[in-house]
Amino acid sequence: MIEVRLFATFRDGREKILYLNAKDYLHAADVLKYLGIANEAVAILLINGRHSKPEMDVHDGDVVALFPPVGGG
Amino acid sequence: MATTYNEKILRINLTDRSVKTEDLPLEKAKKYIGGRGLGTKILYDEGIAKVDPLSTENKLVYATGAMTGANVPTGGRYMVVTKSPLTGMIACSNSGGVWGARLKYAGWDAIIVEGKADKPVRIHIEDDKVEILSAEDLWGKSSEEVTDTLVQIYPKASVLNIGPAGETGSLLACIINDKDRAAGRSGVGAVMGSKNLKAISVVATRTIIPPFDADGLRDATRAAQAKIKENGVTGSGLPAYGTAVLVNIVNNIGAYPTHNWQSSYDADADQTSGETLKEKYLVRQGFCHRCPIGCGRVVDLNGRIIGGPEYEVVWAYGSNCGIHDMNAIDEANHLCNELGLDAISTPCTIAAAMELYQKGYISEEECEGVPLVWGSNEAIIEWTKRMGRGETALGRLMAQGSFRLCSHYGHPEFSMSVKKQEMPAYDARGIQGIGITYATSNRGGCHVRGYMISPEVLGLPEPLDRLSTEGKATWTMVFQDLTAIIDSMGMCLFTSFAMGAPDYAAILNAGTGTDYDVAKLLLVGERIYNLERLFNKEAGMKPEEDCLPKRLTEEPITDGPSKGEVSKIAITLPQYYEVRGWKDAFPTEETLKRLDLV
Repeated sequence: MIEVRLFATFRDGREKILYLNAKDYLHAADVLKYLGIANEAVAILLINGRHSKPEMDVHDGDVVALFPPVGGG
Repeated sequence: MATTYNEKILRINLTDRSVKTEDLPLEKAKKYIGGRGLGTKILYDEGIAKVDPLSTENKLVYATGAMTGANVPTGGRYMVVTKSPLTGMIACSNSGGVWGARLKYAGWDAIIVEGKADKPVRIHIEDDKVEILSAEDLWGKSSEEVTDTLVQIYPKASVLNIGPAGETGSLLACIINDKDRAAGRSGVGAVMGSKNLKAISVVATRTIIPPFDADGLRDATRAAQAKIKENGVTGSGLPAYGTAVLVNIVNNIGAYPTHNWQSSYDADADQTSGETLKEKYLVRQGFCHRCPIGCGRVVDLNGRIIGGPEYEVVWAYGSNCGIHDMNAIDEANHLCNELGLDAISTPCTIAAAMELYQKGYISEEECEGVPLVWGSNEAIIEWTKRMGRGETALGRLMAQGSFRLCSHYGHPEFSMSVKKQEMPAYDARGIQGIGITYATSNRGGCHVRGYMISPEVLGLPEPLDRLSTEGKATWTMVFQDLTAIIDSMGMCLFTSFAMGAPDYAAILNAGTGTDYDVAKLLLVGERIYNLERLFNKEAGMKPEEDCLPKRLTEEPITDGPSKGEVSKIAITLPQYYEVRGWKDAFPTEETLKRLDLV
């Protein structure tokens, strides 16, 4: 499974955590497409805690975390 | 021609109760801009670097920024500049709210407080009328009590005060204004308390400050407002979630320290995140003077409506103490406001005490009924009270900060601090650039003085690989120099998520009549940063104090997404000195000449 964690406004109308079948998703962009989130809407995309881009591969056991533009201090 | 400077400084001597008006020469104001720059210059010139911080010889400068009170976004901040009793070096503590703007409207660029009153006093300023009055009835009272009492007497006043922590000489004592804003770090409250000064209330008739170029300022402000509104961080993230929106971000990269930095990932961090705060506890946003962002949180704590915690405080009282209860964190944060305690250093010291207790160095008896166990809501609340009021022997020791606490037990390495000031909520083992900021900040463990989190974690203004050391030294320097400008202008650092150096230059030039381009502006920032470093040198700083705790350089992160990482400060520090033009932690003669600091 791919664990997808959603944060901030991405939680609106969605669950906080989803589990997806790895064989249906090759790249992070496929996950975004499934969720109906535009690539440009994602400010921080983490795969296993590392900053990544939508075109990067996702694999079984990965944790994908998605954040819209937010920040702090 | 008008400028946003009043060109007037108020000097108050509490020993002889004298009140003097001094000119602030425009050229000096423009060279150091105001706020942080001006405060540092005044103290450096008056020889404060060599004094004992809690002696009558120390001075406090409450310095407004060049744009404080002007019609610019977030133009309302002020700095408290003094010699820190916690670090023995420059203390430069920044606060928002409305007090700074009121002081500017009252006609003052800065207040210098010197000497010591023989009994507790307070100062009341009403435009150019200044009184030193007895505060014996206020001594011992909380921020809310003091503010409410003074506002009853002066309905239009903005109030700045210390709490019991500053009165009892806690090195973690802060200065509070407007009940829940804080000049938080470096023990500035203890300096104010050592002078027997309880509060400064300000009433001002004016509500505007005329700039040098009104049309130019209007254009620059409109452009800045648009950028702030459009930007994801300042336009939607911070308004909606506050600074605690960072909890899930920093945790998910595995750089969120837990249990006094013994690990760096908390599977339950979401329980104390900005999202959860919004969902369950938020009443409304809190705004400082002229701020369009509104990152402040007003929260409901079991029916009480109070100022809520920032990201650093959520982390420090939360995962760093093993706590997942937002109400307990809100209560502890509120206590810090009421007692006048640094809400980062206080919980970080509690966390250090919890590690000492965990490892058997602090005994059950010393805990006097409140064991310092990880995850105990009672512990974070009761020990905050004890530290703020100077109660119990251990409470009084903890009130001196984690370095003195841990040294007392023979284990200074458990103090997660730099120059004796506790580090905030980002693990430098997983984020290389913030490690440089921590190690080289002139006021000790601090993140705001070179917020490398912005590029390394948030990708702003552009993404940098957090684990790489490449280019980090230069980036840190630029962030540090630009921050010095913003702090001297009296604007909020958060505007820098949306604005860049050209935007600040446009605002400053229109406000004060300077003609700084970006290069000249950054040079001013560089000068201020180096002047702070000179202050520290005269205060006796040793080169080896630019360092990180051994835990960060020798103990890899034990778990989570950044498992195995250590700080590579040994590589980046020499690079940083190179780009700064420093040798062995201090500016070379050549650098000082270039910056006109000789």
